[in-house]
Amino acid sequence: MKTTLSRRAMLKGGLALGTGLGLGLRVPIGPSDPASAQSARTLAPSQWLTIDRDGIVTIVSSVPEMGQGSLTTMPMIIADELDADWSKVRVEQAPANPKLYANPVTGTQSYGGSRGIRDHLQTWRKAGAAARQMLVEAAAREWGVPAEELETEPGTVVHRRSGRKASYGELVAKAAELPVPENPTLKTPDRFRYIGKGVPRRDMRSKVNGSAVYGLDVKVPGMLVASIERCPVLGGKVRSFDATAAMRVPGIRRVVQVTNGVAVVADTFGAALNGRRALTITWDEGPLAQVSSAQIIRDYAALATQPGQVARKDGDADAVLGSSANVVVATYQVPFLEHACMEPMNATAHVRPDACEIWAPTQNPGGTQVTGARLTGLPPEKVTVHTTLLGGGFGRRGEQDFITDAVETSKAVGAPVKLVWTREDDLTHGFYRPATYNVFRAALDPRGMPVAWWNRIVGPGIFIQKGRAKPGEIDPTAVGGARDIPYDIPNVQVEWINRDLGVPLGFWRSVASSQNAFITESFVDELAHLAGKDPYEYRRALLGKSPRHKGVLELAATKANWGAPLAAGHGLGIAVASSYASYVAHVAEVSVAPDGRLRVHRIVCAIDCGIAVNPDQVRAQMEGGAIYALTAALYGEITIDRGRVQQSNFHDYPMLRINEAPPVEVHILDSGEAPGGLGEPGVPSVAPAVTNAVFAVTGKRLRTLPIRPEALRRA
Amino acid sequence: MISLSVNGTTHRVDVPPETSLLWFVRETLGLTGTKYGCGIALCGACTVHVDGAPVRSCVTPVSAADGKHVITIEGLSARTDHPVQQAWIELDVAQCGYCQSGQLMSAAALLARTPNPTDADIDDAMAGNICRCGTYQRIRAAIHQAAAMARGGAR
Repeated sequence: MKTTLSRRAMLKGGLALGTGLGLGLRVPIGPSDPASAQSARTLAPSQWLTIDRDGIVTIVSSVPEMGQGSLTTMPMIIADELDADWSKVRVEQAPANPKLYANPVTGTQSYGGSRGIRDHLQTWRKAGAAARQMLVEAAAREWGVPAEELETEPGTVVHRRSGRKASYGELVAKAAELPVPENPTLKTPDRFRYIGKGVPRRDMRSKVNGSAVYGLDVKVPGMLVASIERCPVLGGKVRSFDATAAMRVPGIRRVVQVTNGVAVVADTFGAALNGRRALTITWDEGPLAQVSSAQIIRDYAALATQPGQVARKDGDADAVLGSSANVVVATYQVPFLEHACMEPMNATAHVRPDACEIWAPTQNPGGTQVTGARLTGLPPEKVTVHTTLLGGGFGRRGEQDFITDAVETSKAVGAPVKLVWTREDDLTHGFYRPATYNVFRAALDPRGMPVAWWNRIVGPGIFIQKGRAKPGEIDPTAVGGARDIPYDIPNVQVEWINRDLGVPLGFWRSVASSQNAFITESFVDELAHLAGKDPYEYRRALLGKSPRHKGVLELAATKANWGAPLAAGHGLGIAVASSYASYVAHVAEVSVAPDGRLRVHRIVCAIDCGIAVNPDQVRAQMEGGAIYALTAALYGEITIDRGRVQQSNFHDYPMLRINEAPPVEVHILDSGEAPGGLGEPGVPSVAPAVTNAVFAVTGKRLRTLPIRPEALRRA
Repeated sequence: MISLSVNGTTHRVDVPPETSLLWFVRETLGLTGTKYGCGIALCGACTVHVDGAPVRSCVTPVSAADGKHVITIEGLSARTDHPVQQAWIELDVAQCGYCQSGQLMSAAALLARTPNPTDADIDDAMAGNICRCGTYQRIRAAIHQAAAMARGGAR
């Protein structure tokens, strides 16, 4: 085939190529409106699923797919209780509609905190079980036999005694006439077909042939492409701008001021970038133009001598420390971090006078709908949100800035607009994991065991900055993972000094635990070595009241052959932490070259996440969490100079690559407890396992992240 | 006027010659499987084949592909059955999946010239492709498995 097309015609052709948006973007009609679904002679017992007369089960997933496997695990749970034929299950991504799809625990249609399985398992099981019970009851009436005599095989109701069988599709019309049971009988775990075993990911095929649709791939007829020039200083605003030169750039349609800068609206992304370069903007840089990260740390250090708010007080640590002969003191620092999702921020919006449509890779469909309503003045039900696949989330995509950009720009130009960030925009205008400064003191008894633990944290609170907690409250995003150390120590005091210099803060995969596991698990390692004890045995001895921590610690140590001889120059480090209702321990094996270059040879991970619903995806999250954490430990640092983020792309904000990535060996401890989170808990204990291993092999204690080869060089 | 073949279809196009191959395939041809990640050849998400060689399309002007054969992820196989695609599916490699088009194109190019790669070969060929979800060990295992498949070994 040969084609000759003008640029304009090609562009139109390109746009016309795909209005079918593919996976996850069809707004379900049946489940959202059970009445109409029932009239169409399908079975739609809840918002979560519909079964049609061909036996096709359509399950609505409320949890955005950001890599964690929600498009697989969530329908798998419903399908298990339904006893569905997996080959007949279809999945759709839920529209924004908090009345139907809000997280039953948080009450919002926003997904963070590793809440997919742990907040929904019972709800989804009940949804599947209710439908199954209706199908069984329908068959019982049809055949005139007691429901107790019936059983199900995937997609089929069976009456063994008479040999009768009916497919779910054959039963939906009759089942739809029955009341939906409020408390259906759930399977006993021995009857699970998929839960605890897992199924292959449903999204894999589309992700290996290029057909998967992320936010950046959305195509809407008549769509323009826009990109925003933002103030180089965080929080700065446009004072004035001159678009004369930009408007002369080929392909530029409009230049409009929006909340976050000046939007250049064009036919193509390349044209929009050329237009951005031609803008002349005068900025009101705002208060952060006075703020630099070096000064932030000095400010924290000066404040650290002041008393803080007491986040935890057991016994009287101050008194014990004052009278102890053996007091250990240490100070730890961590930097700002950016999420660096592989897919840069973007969203597509089409604002019309009577309705607003948004296509977005968002962790927060509910918040996106609210943002759309607020910016357009439309009622929320007139704002349709299509959640696309997410090219990474990690907490970044719960924010509303990229939604605001798209909605405001579309509204200003009266056309559908895809708003695209560059990588540079993404790194320099993020919501950053806070930098913190942390002081520890501990008193050891004559056997070397801690009798007092005192920890003062200086840094900001994310909830408080975002208005989700009141100033004066103890913000869990600052003290989580530090105030709840698992060790049995009689006197514990954890204090927090809330110091926020205004750098925009965000929820970075595992949030407070991302830094607080590093500081606490490093400090307890220091105590073990000072006591002359094995750091694994030292922790074990202190975990008598924390059996789940102890369980994963022992499993990780055993699987890593803790205590066995290692290759020359290699050392092991261990750490344990609980976050998001899961318990994880890591052992890292490292070596350090004479020039200070650190090599992580392997990571052994043990996790107790309660019931492991989809074990291979538990492993996947632990594998990925370890690499995410290791990237931060080895390289992650955002620095700010006069309000400007100094890193701009992967050359100065590097990511771990395949040649540096150690194997991550995952062991699942099946405790049978309620399910815990998975996306985040694989992160916290990695950095301290690595730095503790560095200490084991070099005797150098790393109290500042990221790890710098200079600090490890043997001169 | 530039003439190039993309996934077997020849296009004669009039676009600014400095337009990158990445945005040409994405915006002009609508082939959105090739991804934008960094714009400066640091992440590999935009990897395509030009006359069989893996290139970062984000820094390749479309004019550089004049007269050449470009293969994008959509053209890697007709039925999603290239050995790397099959191995990726069997091992559930992808998480978010955004980088995987580039990973697959780099892996396919590696296997085309090194049918039986060592771990060191994989490191060399794949170190230009960032995966923020950290799927590297599954990528490595899948490349070995794809190599075995292509040799007709155990599936």
